[in-house]
Amino acid sequence: MKVKVISRSTDEFTRERSQDLQRVFHNFDPNLRTQEKAVEYQRALNAAKLDKIFARPFIGAMDGHIDAISSVAKNPNYLKGIFSASMDGDIRLWDIANRRTVCRFPGHQGAVRGLTASTDGSTLVSCGTDCTVRLWNVPVATIMESDNLSDCSSEPRAVYMGENAFWAVDHQWNGDLFATAGAQVDIWNHNRSQPVNSFKWGTDSVISVRFNPGEPNLLVTSASDRSIILYDLRVSSPARKLIMRTKTNSISWNPMEPMNFTAANEDCNCYSYDARKLDEAKCVHKDHVSAVMDIDFSPTGREFVTGSYDRTVRIFQYNGGHSREIYHTKRMQRVFCVKFSCDASYVISGSDDTNLRLWKAKASEQLGVLLPREQKRHEYNEALKNRYKHLPEVKRIVRHRHLPRPIYKAGVLRRVMIESERRKDQRRKAHSALGSIVTEPMRKRRIIKEVD
Amino acid sequence: MGAKQENGDPEDILPPLEQELSHELDMKVKKYLRGEGADLEVLKDKKLKGQLYTRENLYGTSAKTAAKTEKWLLPSAGGYLEAEGIEKTWRIKQDTIGSEVDISSAKNQYDIVLPDFGPYTLDFTSSGRYMAAAGRKGHLAVVDMKNMSLIKEIQVRETVRDVVFLHNEMFFAAAQKKYPYIYNRDGVELHCLKEHGAVTRLQFLKNHFLLASINKYGQLRYQDVTMGEMIGNFRTGLGRTDVMQANPFNGVVALGHSGGTVSMWKPTSAVPLVKMLCHPGPITAMAFHPDGHLMATSGKERKIKIWDVRKFEVLQTIRGHAKTLDFSQKGLLAAGTGSFVQIFGDFSGSRNYSRYMGHSIVKGYQIRKVAFRPYEDVLGIGHSMGWSSILIPGSGEPNFDTWLANPFETTKQRREKEIHSLLDKLPPETIMLDPSKIGTVKSAKKKEKPTKKEMEADLETAVEAAKGTAMKKKTKGRNKPSKIAVKKKEIVERAKKPFLDQQMVEEEKVAKKKRKIGEEIALPTALQRFARKKATT
Repeated sequence: MKVKVISRSTDEFTRERSQDLQRVFHNFDPNLRTQEKAVEYQRALNAAKLDKIFARPFIGAMDGHIDAISSVAKNPNYLKGIFSASMDGDIRLWDIANRRTVCRFPGHQGAVRGLTASTDGSTLVSCGTDCTVRLWNVPVATIMESDNLSDCSSEPRAVYMGENAFWAVDHQWNGDLFATAGAQVDIWNHNRSQPVNSFKWGTDSVISVRFNPGEPNLLVTSASDRSIILYDLRVSSPARKLIMRTKTNSISWNPMEPMNFTAANEDCNCYSYDARKLDEAKCVHKDHVSAVMDIDFSPTGREFVTGSYDRTVRIFQYNGGHSREIYHTKRMQRVFCVKFSCDASYVISGSDDTNLRLWKAKASEQLGVLLPREQKRHEYNEALKNRYKHLPEVKRIVRHRHLPRPIYKAGVLRRVMIESERRKDQRRKAHSALGSIVTEPMRKRRIIKEVD
Repeated sequence: MGAKQENGDPEDILPPLEQELSHELDMKVKKYLRGEGADLEVLKDKKLKGQLYTRENLYGTSAKTAAKTEKWLLPSAGGYLEAEGIEKTWRIKQDTIGSEVDISSAKNQYDIVLPDFGPYTLDFTSSGRYMAAAGRKGHLAVVDMKNMSLIKEIQVRETVRDVVFLHNEMFFAAAQKKYPYIYNRDGVELHCLKEHGAVTRLQFLKNHFLLASINKYGQLRYQDVTMGEMIGNFRTGLGRTDVMQANPFNGVVALGHSGGTVSMWKPTSAVPLVKMLCHPGPITAMAFHPDGHLMATSGKERKIKIWDVRKFEVLQTIRGHAKTLDFSQKGLLAAGTGSFVQIFGDFSGSRNYSRYMGHSIVKGYQIRKVAFRPYEDVLGIGHSMGWSSILIPGSGEPNFDTWLANPFETTKQRREKEIHSLLDKLPPETIMLDPSKIGTVKSAKKKEKPTKKEMEADLETAVEAAKGTAMKKKTKGRNKPSKIAVKKKEIVERAKKPFLDQQMVEEEKVAKKKRKIGEEIALPTALQRFARKKATT
C-alpha cells in the first residue's frame, strides 16, 4: 500500500517574523473560482461606475489677464511653463504647478494673435495686430522656482516691423526659423529684421500656420479663403492647396505620424488628412456644435484636444469619429485656444472670460505618485472596462456625460438637421435615374477641390 | 500552431519522456482555456478578425503560462492511496492509513463523543479551517480545525436542524425550532429571521451573499444577508423536504422532494427552472460536483444516481442507500448511511464512479451528515453520538489560493477579503442555469410574423379608429344621415382592406402548400380509382 495525504506544516505557509511579508500562494484552477465570468462582469461594472465617481477633470482656473485670451504656447523645454497672450497685448508666463504668473512681457499695442516658443525653450516669439513681431528671452527655470511673488517683467530682445497685421506664428522644430501668417506667409530668422522668405497664394489673409514636427522644412497654413496650403521651404513655390467648403481655423500635425494633420474647421468638425493624399480626409471627427477654434495634438499622437466656440473643450482619439471626453464649466466662455501639456496628462484652455483653465487629460486619473499596487489596480480596471465596453450596461455608464442644456439642445438639433438632409437625399436618389445622383462619403463631401 | 508543425516534422520528434510531458501540459492547457476559442474564419471584417486573433493568442499564452505554473510552481502535490498486489483500496482500514501517514495528518483521525445532544450536522468554511457543528438537541459549536481548539460553544435549548457558515467564519446561521438565527463567532445572537419560519435546511450562496432556506411548509426563501432584503419567497407546492443543495457552479438551488422530483430554483422566478423526476420514491440526499456538471441523488429505493446536469440525463446508477451525500473538491463522492460511509471515485476519467474506500463507525451510531473538509484529505462525519473525522487520501485540493480561501488567513487578510467580496457581490439575476451567458451580447432576434390573434387585434383597432372619424359638415343634400352612413361604411371597409388582403395572401399560401403536399402523396395504384376526380372544365 502506498499512501500520501495532504499535510501542511504551519511554518511553511506563514511568515517567520512579524517584520516579514505574508506568504501568498496562487492557484489558477478554474474550478476553485465559481461564476468567475459573472464576477468579472460585476467588477467591470464597478470599475465603470468608479470611473464616473472619480471623474473630476477641472484642476483650476488661472486669472490675471484683463481681456480674452487669444493664444497659448507651451515651453517644450520646461513642463510647468505656459505662455498666454490676450487681446489687450498682455503676454504672461505661468507656473502651472502653482497656478500663478511668473513673468510678464509688456510691449504689444494691440491684440496678440500668435505666440510660440522655440524648441530649446529660450526664445518666445509673439506677433499681433500692431504689425510687430517681438522676440523675448524666456527667463531660466531657476527664476520660476524662486519664491518672490512679485512679477518680473522683461524687455523684448528684438522688435521686427511688418506691413500688415499678423494672425499667427509658429516656430520651426529644431531650427531657428519661424513663420508668421497674415497677408502672406513670412519666414523669419531670429537675427534678421526682414523676412528671409515670403509666400503668397491667393488674395485672402492666412490665419494659421504650423510647422511639421518630422520634416522641419514643411509647413501647413490655412487661409480665410477656406483653403489649406502646404509649403516646402526648400522650394520657392507652395506645394499643394486644398479648398474646403468652410474655413479652417487651426491645424495641428500628429507628432507621432508626422505625415498626418488634423484641421479644426468652422463647420463644427475636425478633419484628419494625410498630407500626401489630400483628396479625401482620413477621418471626420464630429461632436462640437459650433465652430472649432483651436486644436492641439497630445505628444503621444493618440489623441488631440479641441476648443470650440460652443464653450466646450473636447478630447478625441486620433482615429475616433466622436469625442472621448467633453469638458465644460458654467463660467467658461468661448474657447479660443487649447494646448496639451508636454507630458500628455494635462490640457490647458484659454477662453473669452480672461481665464486660463487647467484640466486633466484623463478625467478620473489619480494624480501623484502611485504605489505599484495602485498602478496595478488601475490597469486591471482599465482592462476590464475595455473588455466589456460593448455591453449595454457598461457602455451606458462609460458613455454618459452631463451636458449643459444649450449644448445638448444644439446637438439634438444638429442631428435632426443632418438626418433630415440624409432622408431628403435618399428620396431624391430614389426618384431619379439610377446612378445620376452619387452620395459622397462625409470624408469627401466638404472638399471642393485640390490644387497642385 | 507552432507546436503542431514541430510534431509533424519527422526529424523533430521528441524523446518519449518529453512527449509525455507535453501531452500532460496540453491537458492542463485545455483546462485553463475554458472552452473552445471563437471561430475566426467565418468573419468577414478584417480589422475585427485581426483584433480577435491577437486576443485569442493572448488567451492561449495565458493558459499555457497557467498550466506551466501548475506543473512546476505549485508547492504541494495531492494525496493518493494505491493498492499493491491483491490489496483492494476499499479493504484498507483507517488504522492502517493512520499508521502509514505522518503524525500531524494522523491527528485528523478522531472521534468526538457527545452522547447527549446528537445527531450532529456539520459545515466547513470555504477554507476548511473552521467547522461549525450543530447537535439536534441544541448544541452549537465552532471549532478551529487547524489547532483543534474550540472557539465557542453554546446551548440554545431547542431543536437545531441545520447550521451553515456565512461568507467567513465570523458568522453562522442555525435553523432552529421556530426560526433560523444568525450568530457571530462569539455565540452572540445577531438576527432572528422570523420571516423564514421553521426552516429545515439552510444554504449560503457565497458569491451572491444570499441565504436560502426551505421551511416546513415547502417555502423557499432567499435573503440578502448584506442589506437584509428578502429577495425571493416561493411556495414550492411539492411538500415538506429537508433535501436542499446549491450548485456551486451557477448558484442554482436544487430541492429534492418526497415525490422523487428534483426542482431547481433561482431567486428571480416563482416557477422552478427545472423539474426532473429522478427517483420513483422520496429523495433522501443530493450533492453537486464542484465543477457543477454532475449531480448525485439518492432515493429511498436504494439507488444512488449520478446525473449530467447539462443534459439532465442519468450517467450511472449505483446500488446502495445514502442518507447523506457529498462531493469532494477532487470529485470523490461520499455516501453515508446507518453507521457506514462509502467513498466512490472516478478513476477512469470518464465519469464512471467505482468503489474507492469505506469506513464503519461504531455499530448503532447513525450518520446524519458527511462533509469533506476543503483543502484537506479529511472527511467529517456527523452522527448521533458526536462527530468523527477520517482520512480520505486524494479528496482535497492540495494547493490553495490566498485570495480565494486561505486556511492560514490573518485577521487583516480576512477583513480585506470581506471588503473585496462585498464589492464583487453578484446581483441575484446572475443565477441561471448557464452562467457563461453573462457578459455576452444577445444575438439579434429574427423578425417574427404577427400571430393570428395579434392580426385580429390590429384589425379591430383599425376599425375602431375608422369608426371614430369625424365627418365634415357638407352642403344641403350631401349631409343626409343615409349618405353619412354609407360613407362611414366605406371608410371602415377601406381600413379593413389591407388586413383582409394580407389574410387572403396567407390563406392562398397555405392552400398552395396543401395542394403541393396532396400532389406529392400519390395513392397506390390499387386505390387510385377511389380518388376524387378533378372537375374537368
